[in-house]
Amino acid sequence: MNEQNHILLSVRDLQVRFGNPARPVRAVDGVSFDIRRGETFALLGESGCGKSITALSILQLVPSPAGHIVNGQIHFQGEDLLLKSESQMRHVRGNRISMIFQEPMTSLNPVMTIGRQIGEVLVLHEGLAGRALQDRIVGLLDAVGIPSASRRLNDYPHQLSGGMKQRVMIAMALAASPDLLIADEPTTALDVTIQAQVMDLLAKIQQEQGMSILLITHDLGVVADNVDHVAVMYAGQVVEQARRAELFSNPLHPYTRKLFAAVPGSHKRGQKLDTIKGSVPPLDRKFTGCRFAERCDDAWMRCYEQVPRWLFLENDDPHGIRCHQYDASIDDRPSLTRHAPAEAKSSVERASQSAGEPLLELQDLKVHFPIHKGLFKRTVGHVYAVDGVNLQIRKGQTLALVGESGCGKTTVGKALLQLIRPTAGHVRFMGKELTELSGESLRRLRARMQLIFQDPFASMNPRMLVRRILEEGMRAQGVVRSEQERAERVTALLNFVGLPESAAERYPHEFSGGQRQRICIARSLAVEPALLVCDEPTSALDVSVQAQTLNLFKSLQEQIGLSYLFITHNISVVEYLAHQVAVMYLGRIIEQGPVAMVIDTPSHPYTQALLAAVPRIEGKRGEAKIVLEGEIPSAINPPTGCHYHPRCPLAEPRCHTEYPSVRRTADGKQVACHLVPGVD
Amino acid sequence: MNRYFSAFWFRPLLAISFITLLLAVGPELLGVKSAYLTTDKLIFVLFAGIVLLVSYIHQKKHLLEPWRQVFRQRRAMISLVVLVTYASIGMLDSIHFRTPLPDSGHDNQQYSVESLSVLDVMLDRLRSQEEKTYSAPFAAYLYSKETITHADGSQSREYPRLVYGGRHLADPARDRAGDILRTSLIGIVLGAVIGKLLCLLLAWRIARASQQKVMALWWQIWKGQTELPWRSLFLTLILLSIAITSAWMLSKYYHVFGTDKVGKDVLYLSIKSIRTGLVIGTLTTLIMLPFAILLGILAGYYRGWVDDVIQYLYTTLSSIPGVLLIAAAILSIQVYISTHPELFTTGTQRADLRLLALCVILGITSWTGLCRLLRAETLKLRELDYIQAATALGVKNFVILGRHVLPNVMHIVLIMVVLDFSALVLAEAVLSYVGVGVDPSTISWGNMINGARLELAREPMVWWSLVAAFVLMFALVLPANLFSDAVRDAFDPRLRESR
Repeated sequence: MNEQNHILLSVRDLQVRFGNPARPVRAVDGVSFDIRRGETFALLGESGCGKSITALSILQLVPSPAGHIVNGQIHFQGEDLLLKSESQMRHVRGNRISMIFQEPMTSLNPVMTIGRQIGEVLVLHEGLAGRALQDRIVGLLDAVGIPSASRRLNDYPHQLSGGMKQRVMIAMALAASPDLLIADEPTTALDVTIQAQVMDLLAKIQQEQGMSILLITHDLGVVADNVDHVAVMYAGQVVEQARRAELFSNPLHPYTRKLFAAVPGSHKRGQKLDTIKGSVPPLDRKFTGCRFAERCDDAWMRCYEQVPRWLFLENDDPHGIRCHQYDASIDDRPSLTRHAPAEAKSSVERASQSAGEPLLELQDLKVHFPIHKGLFKRTVGHVYAVDGVNLQIRKGQTLALVGESGCGKTTVGKALLQLIRPTAGHVRFMGKELTELSGESLRRLRARMQLIFQDPFASMNPRMLVRRILEEGMRAQGVVRSEQERAERVTALLNFVGLPESAAERYPHEFSGGQRQRICIARSLAVEPALLVCDEPTSALDVSVQAQTLNLFKSLQEQIGLSYLFITHNISVVEYLAHQVAVMYLGRIIEQGPVAMVIDTPSHPYTQALLAAVPRIEGKRGEAKIVLEGEIPSAINPPTGCHYHPRCPLAEPRCHTEYPSVRRTADGKQVACHLVPGVD
Repeated sequence: MNRYFSAFWFRPLLAISFITLLLAVGPELLGVKSAYLTTDKLIFVLFAGIVLLVSYIHQKKHLLEPWRQVFRQRRAMISLVVLVTYASIGMLDSIHFRTPLPDSGHDNQQYSVESLSVLDVMLDRLRSQEEKTYSAPFAAYLYSKETITHADGSQSREYPRLVYGGRHLADPARDRAGDILRTSLIGIVLGAVIGKLLCLLLAWRIARASQQKVMALWWQIWKGQTELPWRSLFLTLILLSIAITSAWMLSKYYHVFGTDKVGKDVLYLSIKSIRTGLVIGTLTTLIMLPFAILLGILAGYYRGWVDDVIQYLYTTLSSIPGVLLIAAAILSIQVYISTHPELFTTGTQRADLRLLALCVILGITSWTGLCRLLRAETLKLRELDYIQAATALGVKNFVILGRHVLPNVMHIVLIMVVLDFSALVLAEAVLSYVGVGVDPSTISWGNMINGARLELAREPMVWWSLVAAFVLMFALVLPANLFSDAVRDAFDPRLRESR
């Protein structure tokens, strides 16, 4: 068997530089890998490691004049793509290699129907026209699972949901039957349930058409489920490369091992998550040693002085690595330390399971947004964003609110803080009814409940010094009156969240995403809150930074007994941090209870499907999966009966007409489903 | 106490108080009576505001950085020199006083009804050298023929010699060209020397501020190796001082831009017009800004009925033709002025009120554009997380508006203000031409153009008033536009990202 014939794309020593030539940023620095026919190859890495630039280089789409490819070869079916002219590349792009992007919302032209957009590719590369063109477009839309495709042809992108748009993007990418599909974070902007649908679709199409996929992602879970071969990138280089099974069972490079350790999950409850110290080094300098050395626990002198070479370990499975520790020609290697994670469960963990009086109680909370239409802005309907939510958070506990995007979980958070006034229902916080408070008394009480946002870049005023940002709450609440004390308080807060004192005199843009999130946490803590509402606080962060942030949340709870309402879609974070879980669907809670019960033995069919859709590192491949069909319905006119029945595989006639009452199960959960027997 | 010395406002405030003191008691010491007009006072306030703002920006790194980017552009530096020159002329022309009448008694001192400015005193020669009527630039003879009675009693119609223009020439036809050349050469040399001295002085200041050797810096500047394009600034400075000194030297013997219908020097008129143009350009903005900013961010932040009211207000206002509104307002001011003559001691004051009224009415009609932009930007900002976070921290609404919203829309305000300036200077010319602009007695480019309009039909054509007004206006508006382009490039976030 000739190995050469199987290789579709081969990248050799690719180097891409950005910025001014005197001090270039080496975004990609000597990357080599091969993709075989019909396989899925993943480039895995944190943001800024050069994985997207590598993909763009293959299509010669590196943003110019800022960036340029300075060296390397990219052989695709025997031709070097880097030697091709722009006009020759146009025949390759979209035709033999096509690409799908992260943001389906912005990748489609909003003023063209989807039929025309797909047709454009076909006309260009296959010269189809008329009837044949129509048929082919319908065929493609069918293939990517868009229902009643012939009617959808004339839809505009805004008429489709996010998942549908991504399907259209895939249909466009597949239009010319490419040999290689580059998927740059194809599911990052989508919900887990939709992510599962899209990844399944890609796998199915790959089987049918036999193309190769280059998958670019930062999500270990996605890689664990869907790929054949993985290359881990760090700071512009590939540091480890192996078959998926080999890499996941036997990660060798210290960076890869750290990445795995940083992923939260139920088995890590009560222990600190492993983090990677420091941050990715700036790429505008020449490296004399290993790029990971400064952050590596196992680094020794040689790691700083000599650049590690690319090694091929011939175990059972070929395994490439860039690390001195595995270089047999080096004799001063120290013995490997495999850090066993500390097993000790913290005492708080046990204690807080049951104790604590209720800090916050939501009773039948409703938030309806009126829809105005016409000249006189008549109310023609409502968006039932939150429609009768009952929740309880005890002191020192964490309640996780889980659900797909659009289910109303963020609105719950804002409504309980009275940032959006609820339409009906009660919010009782520290014994006070918040919905009846207004003006000064509400302003005073705001200090006790704070909000942490998803996007650490938008949550601080770019024109204020960190000191001023931290002092803002203290001034507004009059917590600390004297200037001197405030300054001390700022220093203490910064220390508390693990930032240097000098941070106070800097502006937010000088910090990385993780550090900014810490500043936001410090800002909330300045007014001594009892409750933190965290709205997807880690979803904009890389895995290693996420671990640092989660550790901080955990230690805050242990030290000052904070309660959290954790709004998230990340199940592994829930397993790691939460005591109670509430699953939300279309404005209502459908299942809630202790984390172990809900996650391990979900009762509601929706919870089961949601959990099944979550890609897992430790999960076995080939396990029967419930793929949730369709998407969350509109909250303007929710389905009659149980909101979930149109997607529920187990729906009975009763589910179509009658909303199930909440019932208690034997294991202490509250579930709203006709099929779950209650105990009372 | 010490922290007050180091505060950014300390030194500028000291300087401002000193200048205020000087303006208050200076005229008395010199034996004249100060006669500041309302617009004068507003200009001083504006100047003080700018000084404070500059020193505030100077100590804030994030505010200074975009300004450094502005001045890294050569066109901005060149424009700045020209604009500062114009502004200084305008300032000098804003210090008004009245001279004592010589024949009044000492204890009951009477003052002249005509108020002069410092600039008038400096340009006294230009002001007092009046001819009989039109004369062309550099002419030695009047524009129109007159009947002259000769010594022998015979009469003839010929072009009489001018009283001042070219009076030192024995035979203008023969000597004039050589004399002009000679005088302007002297002017050029003198200008170059003065310009270079100014540059050296400036270089010394820069060197002291950055703690470098003066001569080393001097050579660096001329080789163009400095971060900011000082070389362009120096070259402009030298060229400008050459132009000014040559004009000064020539105006000793000639009317450089000719004279107007009543024999006034056109160069003098066009220089006096600078103040009018600047007042219109700056005070109007000053009047418009509070409306635009306050209403814009209130509408965007509170939404609901506040937004509705403000939107109705500005859509109504902006659908009335601007000229109509301005004409109506100016006419009613006119009526007010003529029915209350006792309120004004001098004619200048009367004219000044009308100028101020024009600024106000222009300001009231022109805030809608900026208001719209600010409303839209605030609508976007109020949804941002940091505003939500401030609300959640219990910060009061007005504090949020002042601390979080306003600083983040200031770049739009700045861009609009500099863009509007040149449009307003041009608007003055157009409105005066139509007849609803400044008072006819106010010297302005618009009035000059209006006066020149009819004379264009004469033979030979009287073109010089028009050209003079055009040249000076162009020399102000072009740098203003270039400068505003540079400002927009540095402040507009969309443009910043694309670099």
